[in-house]
Amino acid sequence: MKVTIDGQSIDVEPGTTILQAARMIGGESVPPAMCYYSKLKGSGGKCRCCLVEVSKGSEADPRPMPKLMASCVTGVMDGMEVNSISSERVTDARKSVTEFLLINHPLDCPVCDQAGECDLQNLSFKHGKSQTRYIEEKRTFEPEDIGPNIQLHMNRCILCYRCVMVADQLTDGRVHGVLDRGDHSNISTCISKAIDNEFSGNMIDVCPVGALTDKTFRFKSRVWFNKPYNAHRNCDKCCGKTTVWMFGNEIQRVTGRKDVYHEVEEFICNECRFDHKDVNDWVIEGPRKFEKDSVINANNYTRNIAPVVIETEEKILLGREEDRKKISMASRPLRPEETEIFKEGNV
Amino acid sequence: MSVQTMSLSGRKKEVSNKKMTFWESLYLVAIVKGLFITIGHLFTRKVTVKYPEEVRTRAGIWRGQHMLKRDEQGRENCTACGLCALSCPAEAITMTAAERKPDEKHLYREEKYASVYEINMLRCIFCGLCEEACPKDAIYLTESKVLVPASYDREDFIFGKDKLVMPLEMAMANAKNRQN
Repeated sequence: MKVTIDGQSIDVEPGTTILQAARMIGGESVPPAMCYYSKLKGSGGKCRCCLVEVSKGSEADPRPMPKLMASCVTGVMDGMEVNSISSERVTDARKSVTEFLLINHPLDCPVCDQAGECDLQNLSFKHGKSQTRYIEEKRTFEPEDIGPNIQLHMNRCILCYRCVMVADQLTDGRVHGVLDRGDHSNISTCISKAIDNEFSGNMIDVCPVGALTDKTFRFKSRVWFNKPYNAHRNCDKCCGKTTVWMFGNEIQRVTGRKDVYHEVEEFICNECRFDHKDVNDWVIEGPRKFEKDSVINANNYTRNIAPVVIETEEKILLGREEDRKKISMASRPLRPEETEIFKEGNV
Repeated sequence: MSVQTMSLSGRKKEVSNKKMTFWESLYLVAIVKGLFITIGHLFTRKVTVKYPEEVRTRAGIWRGQHMLKRDEQGRENCTACGLCALSCPAEAITMTAAERKPDEKHLYREEKYASVYEINMLRCIFCGLCEEACPKDAIYLTESKVLVPASYDREDFIFGKDKLVMPLEMAMANAKNRQN
């Protein structure tokens, strides 16, 4: 089936959705998706971020679809023509959807651990307004403890249902879900249970906002100060392929490997995610690369940095002995082997 | 008009090799003239100030030592979001975040705060980008109105929260001013 998105044509299998076809093409015309997750069955159609304009229904019925369609749940037809980012109607709609999603969002990005890898942050950066028109009080929930590993911030939730689907499709016996209706609907465990399933940690990875975050990483660091590495270990429960987020020689966080659409390549188990924070447990493969404009590249070390050779007297770059002391962050003393490296000075 | 005859300052004088007269060769007149210029300067306005005793008024946007602000209730604004450290071109800022305990609500404004906040004043170039990046109005270089003092030890240039956080009295005075 031939489908044209923003003037670019591609042949796809029947049953493909517009969003999947757009992702095959790639580039600017890929609609943003907050609730759709290609690895989860039945996801999509809730957030309305991925609305596109279908300007020609199909070869057989060339009438345009009157309303904007959610591209993640609309299948392609032969000869379909779709306008994504090129249509003003679509960008307008995305702007409105972003505004709606942000109505009850607390916008506490400086506090939130998801900041820097948050889909909602990216969406509002690209499509949102810089002002709010909402003058009413934001809806808030009482904080709830849902177990030792996962931190729930219900105020940040956009009700995408991804975590519910993860619990349904990956784990046996789901204990959490969306309770109540309408404005009051919230993610909760059925009468304050702890989520302790072996694959429940994947809820953190699939959460597009900071509603579900890693308790072991809570307030430890911002994501852009960490150095992400691809790493693996032999795990009998999962594939063991992860991204470890390091600060110096310390592993602060372990997540699945996320692709360009921030979907994990493979789900990982809780043991890999929460219990193995020792470098010796992992085989480090190399630095993980991110999109060019991602803030995670702030301390970019993925490119090869050739050492600058300064031709000068030997040891002049070492400086004085007293200048080679660690003077910052007394609460974080150097380990003996680090002291050795530090002694070599600023060379 | 050629360059040779033009005078941009208006004080151009033609140099000549003409022979001096007897009076001119005594230089008496020239010396007295010179002395009058020197004495005249005693009565003009001084361009320098006696620095340590006297300090020139600084512009309102003058950037000096950083200050971590408190709000009207005396709570620290900083949430350790790390944007100042991210924006710092000299990489002078480091911080460690911590979670606020329920009994510390009067100390910190948000649920996360900086337990350690350090600025390396040896590295800082006082560009003000941290101030610009701060989403919480927490760090200012224009508030303290003090220069970073000189010192003999490098350790003295690591400014922790003890030196950076706004004094409580100042926060109280600010709150009073706002009420009036």
